[in-house]
Amino acid sequence: MSEIPLTHILFVSTALFFIGMYGLFTRRNMITMLMSIELILNSVNINFVAFNKYLYSDQLNGVFFTIFIIAIAAAEAAVGIAIIINLYRGHHSIDVEDAGEMKY
Amino acid sequence: MLSVLLTTHHSLLTKNNPLSASQITFYIISAFILGSGLLAVTTRKIFRSAIWLLFSLIGIAALYFWMDLEFIAAVQIIVYVGGIVVLIIFSIFLTQKAGNEMPLPVRKRKVFAILAVLIGFVLSYTLISQYNFQPEGTQPLNAGVSNIGTQMLSTSQHGYALPFEVVSILLLAAMIGCIVIAAPFKPLSAKQNSTELNGTTAINNNDELKKVLEDLGETLHE
Repeated sequence: MSEIPLTHILFVSTALFFIGMYGLFTRRNMITMLMSIELILNSVNINFVAFNKYLYSDQLNGVFFTIFIIAIAAAEAAVGIAIIINLYRGHHSIDVEDAGEMKY
Repeated sequence: MLSVLLTTHHSLLTKNNPLSASQITFYIISAFILGSGLLAVTTRKIFRSAIWLLFSLIGIAALYFWMDLEFIAAVQIIVYVGGIVVLIIFSIFLTQKAGNEMPLPVRKRKVFAILAVLIGFVLSYTLISQYNFQPEGTQPLNAGVSNIGTQMLSTSQHGYALPFEVVSILLLAAMIGCIVIAAPFKPLSAKQNSTELNGTTAINNNDELKKVLEDLGETLHE
């Protein structure tokens, strides 16, 4: 466990963050964009846990931040999907290019 | 940047000790996370994309298990794998034809996205690999459930009781917001044309629903 340096875990989380970023840039479907955001939030969680484990092991603050981020991500996904379904009723498409106006 | 990567690899190789089981596990888990994450953002069938996201999230839970944080790993599996991904799959079935391929991204946008992401990654990882991290904790991490629970609900200086309450209010607000947003759509003109009685009952029903939900939240709180 301690043989793995912290930078290798940070490599994974940085790569995951930019994979999510790539998805956010190239996708135009709202559900897949939401999935990219989930990847980004997860990379942040890995960072918090790794810093807590390696650098500040006598505290638990990173663990708490991870728990709160997971709770907020769940709320965000639920609200996002409600908005997407509402938009689909009006536009019959969930492509961001088709959603030029929010009220019609 | 490349030189930094190469030197880290070089130092790994020249140490001349074989990789231990724990190290091999870590590299397999991270390759799994990154591979399925990459497939989740590049595959053209939306349902497959959701399944790859599921695998990536399971890999992250495995990484938490590897770091001996069983509680976080369990929360990750319950909330993400059991909750969010299922929600995403349901919304895919509600709004999309799952067999259809999504259109390819515009070539120019794809090229610039790859460029931006690569530059960002190189910049961040160069900063990270050159930063000198100093461990400050002296004893090993004790992330047992009883420890987490005691500190989560403690009102002393390092307790998290206030954020806990704020998050529960946030979840309540998100629940009510979802119901209000995704409730069946009523066009404005139809509401105006309908008789006043129907309109008022609809509004009353909505208010009653909100009241019931708020009461439910308060009882849950207590």
